[in-house]
Amino acid sequence: MGDYPSRSASNAAGGPGVTARHARAAGDGVSPIPPDDLSGNRPPQGGGGALPKKARFSMETGFRGLSTAAGAMVLVIIVAIAIFLVSKAVPALSKNDANFLTSKEWFPNDTQPHFGIAALAFGTVLTSVIALIVAVPIALGIALFLSHYAPKRLATPLGFVIDLLAAVPSVVFGLWGRDVFLEPVQSFSIWLNKYFSWIPLFGGDGPFGRSVMLGSLVLAIMVLPIVTSLSREVFQQTPGMNEEAALALGATKWEMIRTAVLPYGKPGVLAAVMLGLGRALGETIALALTLGITFTISANLIQSGGNSIAANIANTFGEANATGRGALIASGLVLFAITLVVNMAARAIIYRRREFRDSAA
Amino acid sequence: MAKRIEASNVSSYYGSFKAIDSISMTVEPKTITALIGPSGCGKSTFLRSINRMHEVLPNARIEGRLTIDDQNIYDPDVDVTAVRRMIGMVFQRPNPFPTMSIYENAVAGLKLNGVKKKSLLDDAAEKSLRSANLWDEVKDRLNRPGAGLSGGQQQRLCIARTIAVQPQVVLMDEPCSALDPISTLAIEDLMFKLKDQFTIIIVTHNMQQAARVSDKTGFFSIDKTGEPGRLIEYADTQKIFSNPTEKKTEDYITGRFG
Repeated sequence: MGDYPSRSASNAAGGPGVTARHARAAGDGVSPIPPDDLSGNRPPQGGGGALPKKARFSMETGFRGLSTAAGAMVLVIIVAIAIFLVSKAVPALSKNDANFLTSKEWFPNDTQPHFGIAALAFGTVLTSVIALIVAVPIALGIALFLSHYAPKRLATPLGFVIDLLAAVPSVVFGLWGRDVFLEPVQSFSIWLNKYFSWIPLFGGDGPFGRSVMLGSLVLAIMVLPIVTSLSREVFQQTPGMNEEAALALGATKWEMIRTAVLPYGKPGVLAAVMLGLGRALGETIALALTLGITFTISANLIQSGGNSIAANIANTFGEANATGRGALIASGLVLFAITLVVNMAARAIIYRRREFRDSAA
Repeated sequence: MAKRIEASNVSSYYGSFKAIDSISMTVEPKTITALIGPSGCGKSTFLRSINRMHEVLPNARIEGRLTIDDQNIYDPDVDVTAVRRMIGMVFQRPNPFPTMSIYENAVAGLKLNGVKKKSLLDDAAEKSLRSANLWDEVKDRLNRPGAGLSGGQQQRLCIARTIAVQPQVVLMDEPCSALDPISTLAIEDLMFKLKDQFTIIIVTHNMQQAARVSDKTGFFSIDKTGEPGRLIEYADTQKIFSNPTEKKTEDYITGRFG
């Protein structure tokens, strides 16, 4: 201390540059050095002189306030949406003549409105589950290929193409499904019906085509890139030393993947699948375009028909009256509840193994 | 168990880069051989060449001849996984499988080799954990995650996992460099014990460790960065540390370079 006699003169109040920039009085002690003060008289950054007072308001408190506000905003928005939805749904539900949860009909615009969510909810879950059953194994295969088998020259462009697939708008998938993909699915359905009609899934007398199968397959293609690129990311993060440990024990490549890569990636893959399921459950326009739109609960996958909550909203919102819109909003709430339950179930699965995951970090 | 390793004129390459240049040495069964030398001199590369683990890196290859009891390790007809089962490896940083329990880690190698019978696995787990001097510390919590142990315990778990498959040779790549002195001592004691059953080759930066545990010592060095590593001297540990033939060896062990 005392090595810088000019310090108190030039920097008594933190220096003019500092006060102007940070709008704080730094006291007569340590203060950030004015960047323009390049003369040799700079005080050491560690200080000298009296300890400065803590700043009352600074970037710190300001930024903390901002981020807290941003966090609170999420809650406010969610609560506001919930209030809005419930306030619109309740009047419609009170006019409903049928049981909302068990009825399969959907006539909310009649003078005696009667509507129920059963068929729609069933269709939503059915199409999404089939989409995942088809998409997840393929996605995991692609992800493993990209992360562990493909040479880098191939993996990079291929990964890029997969990501590109995720960017295609769903209406494009819907139109493609309706106009192009319909034909092969139709022929396949007819073939299935011819030889496997003894299985209820593939029974029925037609017409075939705009069926749960078509909708689910289009959904599967849409879910595929999400699950693929997240899983690839997770697989790539497997610690190299764990892979080496498996190889050094005499594992083949596939055994190494089974021993080190897949268990390590499991929580991440599960999260990826949940994101995919979220997209599938909420998918609107692609299903509105590809499904046959019937209000039935049927395990038949190939006969034209099927419907989902989101597709029904898109199809009928335009012609709905006040009660009809309330009914649609109520159906949206059910969709929200389904998504919530699925997500909580997934978290529960991940939570069960947290001991292993945490200690791995 | 325990077999002889013979290297003659082994050179190892990563792509066009030559990492080690014509190394020849014979490692007798049931001995501990230490490989010492400055960083980047190819000790680990040589070690990894012995069980073909260096092949994990793309474009890695060797020239020369490496044999285990006169069988060519690099014979094109030889199954590489069999080589690695026969020649186990312990790594620098403890690397138990994070998703597995202590028990599952110990028997991971056996499960990979298709052992399914519970009683066999139980026996092997206990035997290998006992051999690794870890059994008493973990016997009451075998189902807890292996990654939850201390660093030294994890490394002993990794040794248990390696010896559970009953290899002939155990390679150790700086097994104590991430451990505290007490854990290091525990591992060194363990090495003495394992010497009765296995041929052990250990890479270490710790010269006291080499002097303490090994029967023979090989000193590796490089002339300068970018040059391949060479085996400067290979002799009984006592000779290397008391009366080395090569000037370079003497400079290194007395701390004058490296």
